[in-house]
Formats: sequence, C-alpha cells, structure tokens
Amino acid sequence: MTTGTTAPEAGAAGIGDRADRRRRRLLGLAAAAAALAVLVVLSLVFGSKPLPLGEVIEALGRDNGDPRVIVVEQRIPRTVLAIVVGLALAVAGALMQGLTRNPLADPGLLGVSAGAALGVVLAVRAVPAAGDLLQVWAAFLGAVATACAVFLIGSMGGRGRSPVTLVLGGVAIGAVLQGIASTVVLLNQSAFLTMRSWQAGSVADLGWPAVATIAPFVGGGLVLAAYAARGLNATALGEDLATALGGNQWLTRIAVVGAVTLLCGSATAAVGVVWFLGMMVPHIARWITGPDQRWILAYSLLLGPALMVAADVVGRVVVIPDEIPAGVVTAVIGAPVLIFMVRRKKASGL
Amino acid sequence: MLRAGERASSRTLLRAFALTAALAAVTVLAAVVALGLGEMRISAVDVVRALVGDAGTAIETVVVQWRLPRVLLGVVFGAALGLSGAIFQSLTRNPLGSPDVIGFDSGAYTGAVVSIIAVGSTALVIPSALAGGIATALAVYLLAYRRGVHGFRLIVVGIALTALLGSVNTYLLLKASLWQAQMAAVWGAGSLNGLDWSDARAGAAVVLVLLVPLLWLGRRLRMLELGDDAAAAMGVAVEPVRLALIVVGVSLSAVVTALAGPVPFVALVAPQLVRRITRAPGVQLVPAAVMGAFLLVTCDMVALNVPPIALPVGLMTIILGGAYLVWLLVAQSRKELR
Repeated sequence: MTTGTTAPEAGAAGIGDRADRRRRRLLGLAAAAAALAVLVVLSLVFGSKPLPLGEVIEALGRDNGDPRVIVVEQRIPRTVLAIVVGLALAVAGALMQGLTRNPLADPGLLGVSAGAALGVVLAVRAVPAAGDLLQVWAAFLGAVATACAVFLIGSMGGRGRSPVTLVLGGVAIGAVLQGIASTVVLLNQSAFLTMRSWQAGSVADLGWPAVATIAPFVGGGLVLAAYAARGLNATALGEDLATALGGNQWLTRIAVVGAVTLLCGSATAAVGVVWFLGMMVPHIARWITGPDQRWILAYSLLLGPALMVAADVVGRVVVIPDEIPAGVVTAVIGAPVLIFMVRRKKASGL
Repeated sequence: MLRAGERASSRTLLRAFALTAALAAVTVLAAVVALGLGEMRISAVDVVRALVGDAGTAIETVVVQWRLPRVLLGVVFGAALGLSGAIFQSLTRNPLGSPDVIGFDSGAYTGAVVSIIAVGSTALVIPSALAGGIATALAVYLLAYRRGVHGFRLIVVGIALTALLGSVNTYLLLKASLWQAQMAAVWGAGSLNGLDWSDARAGAAVVLVLLVPLLWLGRRLRMLELGDDAAAAMGVAVEPVRLALIVVGVSLSAVVTALAGPVPFVALVAPQLVRRITRAPGVQLVPAAVMGAFLLVTCDMVALNVPPIALPVGLMTIILGGAYLVWLLVAQSRKELR
C-alpha cells in the first residue's frame, strides 16, 4: 500500500509507451469480450441435455420443438441473468477494493450481501405476498446500512491498519445478520421453503422477470461507478494527496456506497449471496491492466459476467442431471484463491 | 523468571480468583432461576428442595428430569466453549482467533448435515460432527502453515474455508427433503432444545475426558505465550504441544457443536471479557471456562423465557457476540490510532 507504485500512469512514461499500453489494454479487453462470447455459447449448448451447436442456432431462428423451449425459455434467460449478476458483483467488488484499498474486499466477505439478504428475508416474512420490487428495495436498505457500517469500521485505525481488520469487521457483521436471517427463516416453514433455493446463489429458473426487475438498478449502479472511478484513482494516492488534487473525496465515497448498494443489493435480491466473485475478478483485472480504476472497472464489466457464466455452466455439467448452483461453484473456486493470496509473502497492496 | 513474574502479578491472580468465585456464584444463582422458569413456575426454594430430593414427585420430575439436563449442559458447554476460545486466542495471539471465527463450527456443521442427509438419522450426527470439525481444523492449520502458523493467516484461511463450507452446506440442504433440511437447519441454529439426560451424560463425559490432557497442556500453553523460542528453551516441544492444544481445543468446541449445534461467539467473548476484567496479560483457562458457563446459561435462560416464542440460544449469542466483536474491532483500531 505504498503510494509511490500506485500512481495510475507513471509520469515518466513516454507518449509512445502510453499509446502502446493503451493498445495492449484494448486488445486485452477484446480478448475478454471474446472469452465472454465463447462462454455464452457454451452456456446455450451445455446443460442436463446438451444440444449440438447447429440445433441451438436453429432454435434461435425458428420453432424447432424441444431445443427451442430449452434454449429460448431456459438457457438464454439464465445466461443473461448470470451476466447481469456477474457484472454487478464484479464492479461492486472493484469499487470496494478501490475505496478501502483493501485487496480482500468483497461484497460477500464484507457482509454487504448478508445485509441485503436479511432485508429480503425480513420483507418476505413481513409481507408474505411481497413482490420482487419490494424485495429489491428491502435488499437495498440492508445493503446500504451494512456498507456504511463496514466502511466506518474500515476507515478507523489509520495508516498502519492491517487489511484484516476490515475483513473481520465485515465477517462479524455478516455473521450476525446471517444468523438473524436464518432464524427468521427457520421460524416460518413457507419462508424456509422459498429461501432454501434462493440462498444458494442459483441463476436457474428465475427467467426474464428477475432480469427485468434488477436491470434498471444495475444500470444506475454502473453510472455511479463510472462517476466514482476517477475519484478512486485519486484515492489510491492517499487521502492527503487526493484532497490536494482537488477531487471531492466525499462525493466519491457517497457514489461508491450508492453504486455498491445498487449493484450488490440487486444481485443478492435476485440470486442470493454469491461469495468471492467480487474479490477475484478485480484481482484478475488489476493483474492485466495495472492500477488504473477506470480500466479495472472496464475489465470487471466483462470478466465478472464471464466468471459467473462459467460457474453456472460448470455447475450444470459436473453432476448431470443434477445441478450445482453457480454461487456454490464460485465459493469452491474462490476459497482456494483467497487462501493462495494470504499464503503469498504479503497480501498484495493496492 | 516465572517466579518473579508470579510475584508481580499476585494482584492479577487475586482479581482472577475473585472474578472466578463471583462468576461461579452468579452462575449457580442463574441456574437455580433457570430451573424455576418455564410454563410451570417454581420458586427458588422449591427448586433447591427438588434438587436435594425433598419436594413432591411432580416438581421433582419437572426440575430434575426435564430442566436440569438443559441447565447442566448450558454450564458444561459454556465452560467447554470458554476453554476452547482461550486456547485458540492464546495460540493465535489474537482475540479473533477463536474457533467459531476461524471456521471449525462450520466444519462440524458440514459433518452433521452430511450425516443427517446421507444417513437420514441423528444417530451418527455426533461422530460425524466431531470428524468434520477436526478435519476442518487440521485443514485450516495445514493451509495456514508456512514455517509456523501466523495468526493472521490462520484467521483468513479459516474465513475462506467457512465460506466454502457454508456454500456446500447450503447446497446439501437444497438436495435434501424438506423435513431433513429443516431438521439440519434447526440443528444449525444452535439450541439446547430437546436435550435430555442421556445427552447431558454423554456431553459431560466427553468434556471431562478432554480436561485431563488440558491439565498437562495448560502450563505449556502459558510458556508458549512467551514466544516459541523461549518456550523451546524451557523444554517445551513447540509444534507437538501446539498440535495437541489444537486437537483438544477443537474437540471441546466440536462436542458442543455436535450435541447443540453451532453456538457462536461464546468462545470468542468469554476469554476476552475475563482478560478485560482481570487486566491480566496472558491466558486464564479457569476464569474463561466459568465465564463461558455463565454466558451460556444466562443467554439460554433469556432466549427461552423472554421472547414470545422460545428462540435458539445460538441467536442470542450471535447477536451479543457480534455486537461485542464489532465493538472490539473499533476499540482495537482506536488503540492503533493513538
């Protein structure tokens, strides 16, 4: 977390260098987009009943019976939902890592998802006929309260604080919220039944209504994220320098909290708590692009959906004809990544 | 070296002794009150008379047959959790290094869920929860091991495995029948509901057996607190002793989890409260155990009697303990600021 190495574009770099780097970054972005496209195709082809690519393409054009039903009514909506959820969580994670300058920040790990989940559970419990929209708003309430609390804890402790303090604060808050949520669910059998599948982070069987409900909010979150990116670059230089550069740090913070709330609340309301996606994707992005937040966000926008779609495809394929929810797959992939990160000599600073 | 230290800390020792005695007294008092509360209220005098066998059969059945095992288990399990937390916090040299925070509970839960769903009965819950907890503990230890175990790494590895196992648990519950899933979820909330004398006997027996090696290990735990090198110089086989302490600590925590489900945060809070009250620098096993017993008995009494419906005690401890943990982090970072 030294300030010197985090300057976005080292001033000494020549014009040619800069153009070269820009070209490399754009190429990488194109590669990420291509990877996402390939995964989307895989997502349409694979499942409990794999379809040949030809039939999938045919199904897109005209009604050819079973394949049409499978592809258009099941696989396309779930793939789109995976894309929306993946980009929401990845961008939320990138923003949280940028703001806290903490490499371990993740909506799941820091309890923001748990806050959103508690909001949903309470809404369902209080208003059994709660519509999707009410659930989403309840998720926002839970997420914003938790995000503020966690950032408050994280902002205490000054320079020498270890990245673990923030994570532990988040884990503690998350554990409390999750404990309350599971007790509420436990005391009510119908809530238990509906919550059971939702909690696992599955994108299956939710269809277009879920996408339509959360898409506007995710869009709003992305706009806020785009606004916050520039301010976060200044944040990376340290608070004093950032203030000296003239950016309004408070506006940046508010924009980040707002964006994280919208993005993470939407994703959680739709599919439940998904662990580690928001932690892993920004790391991959930073590894490719370097520390410029704008590029990290752009990469996260593509890599997040790619990872989520991949997790969904893997979950569909490994235990045919059964399915493992995508959220379980990301946890199984993400936990070793986190362990690997702390086993390295030092957790990588931002 | 130890002698000189002992003299200087005689005041701390006195405080610890006074605290232990006071807590023990309050715990007994709380236990008597808990035995009297419920659908049929029984006065404290009658409770005591029932305990010594001097009340009517009806009262004796309620107090001794129905309520006593639960209260007794509250005491035994609270003490076990307090000890387990004290051991781990001392080993990791971190107040947050207790077994519930670093994920042994979720391992035990996974073991229990697997046995409930795969076998479909509760007969194997205890051994499989024990196996799950110990396996997770060993995994966390091994994964965090890199020329010794550093507290920070241990905690983050524990958190990672907790998240992983939590997802696996959710998935397993999803695959189970509703009845099995609910059974597992009730167990997972951490409650002393429905425990009878056979559970109380089994639980108390295991905890007592685990206390035997602790008599021998306790002194070595104190030496380890002086640092690995100093402890080695005093003739402590550092890594074997550490491993033995981990096994005992995990077992204490896993017994509780096996019978009552995960009861979070008692292991975290009990040793911390003791440390704050006595202002002692090191680990204090006996006061931590008594504090744990007090916390669990009181929390269970409140959870059972105060809300309109009886709540699992795990919910009480998670809210209290979580609030305490957040406060602890805030206090810690304030100290760093100074």
